Amino acid sequence: MKNTEEILQALKENFPDFSFELKSDLPVEGFIICNPLVIDKISHFLHDNPELNFDSLINLSGVDEIKANQLSVYYHLESTELKHKLVLKVVTDRNSPEVASVTDIWKGANWHEREAYDMFGIKFLNHPDLRRILMPYDWEAGHPLRKDYENPEFYQGMKVPF
Amino acid sequence: MGLLDKEFTDGNIVIAKAEDLMNWARLSSLWQVSFGLACCAIEMMATSASHYDFDRFGVIPRPSPRHADIIIISGTVTLKMATRIKRLYEQMPEPKYIISMGSCSNSGGPYWEHGYHVLKGIDRVIPVDVYVPGCPPRPEALLEGLIKLQEKIRKTSLVKKST
Repeated sequence: MKNTEEILQALKENFPDFSFELKSDLPVEGFIICNPLVIDKISHFLHDNPELNFDSLINLSGVDEIKANQLSVYYHLESTELKHKLVLKVVTDRNSPEVASVTDIWKGANWHEREAYDMFGIKFLNHPDLRRILMPYDWEAGHPLRKDYENPEFYQGMKVPF
Repeated sequence: MGLLDKEFTDGNIVIAKAEDLMNWARLSSLWQVSFGLACCAIEMMATSASHYDFDRFGVIPRPSPRHADIIIISGTVTLKMATRIKRLYEQMPEPKYIISMGSCSNSGGPYWEHGYHVLKGIDRVIPVDVYVPGCPPRPEALLEGLIKLQEKIRKTSLVKKST
């Protein structure tokens, strides 16, 4: 069982070229901020390393941080074997949000990433099937959980506002 | 009712207006599309079950819209589902009736303002005969809605438009 600081140390030792930042001054559990384009490599390490053994992705969710002009993705991981947990965060630019997919590592990430794509327009690179999951496939008004989203007046001839 | 009174006094002879007979036949076996959407569907299922017994009004769930006379819109209608409901409705043979069950399908319900994905009332897509209020309505309310629909059917006329 390892805490977030120890896991951060292991990550820094294994990936000396990548930047990691520990955020622990918030009233929530501390989390590690890392680069969105290498999150797949980091996840592989977290999953495969026998001392970390993160075999379960509890949740993957997008967040629109409009004031900082960024979209972020949070990963909640758990090792069911070693009983420790970890929260990862990646930050991308709001205008071209691109994050590496982790579906190769945790199969359950597939639909979570599709949802984050549907709701926030975050593009997951190397995702096998990046389609909308909840909104209609022909929804053209954008991604509804973005803070600056405006609902359309009509969808397929149906009036949308009340 | 008063429709079949004379059968019991005059032996085998039934005297009735063709209109009344047809309306009576229609309102007494309203087969519904076996179709539920959200939490209202749970109440609809409770209404169908033995305690409230929808069957005693002739309401039998059918697996195909082509067998059905009514469709109960029981729950939140998303914009994505609205297109499917329209297709279901179009597959039903005439005469067909619609009961809108619960606040969501009446007007969008709790999603009326911020529900970017919810249709604000099924009557924007298909014509509704009876609106049943509630969130969700109790089985008694749905039964009341069905009885209201039966009253409406009883008043329909083959020759003149019903008011």
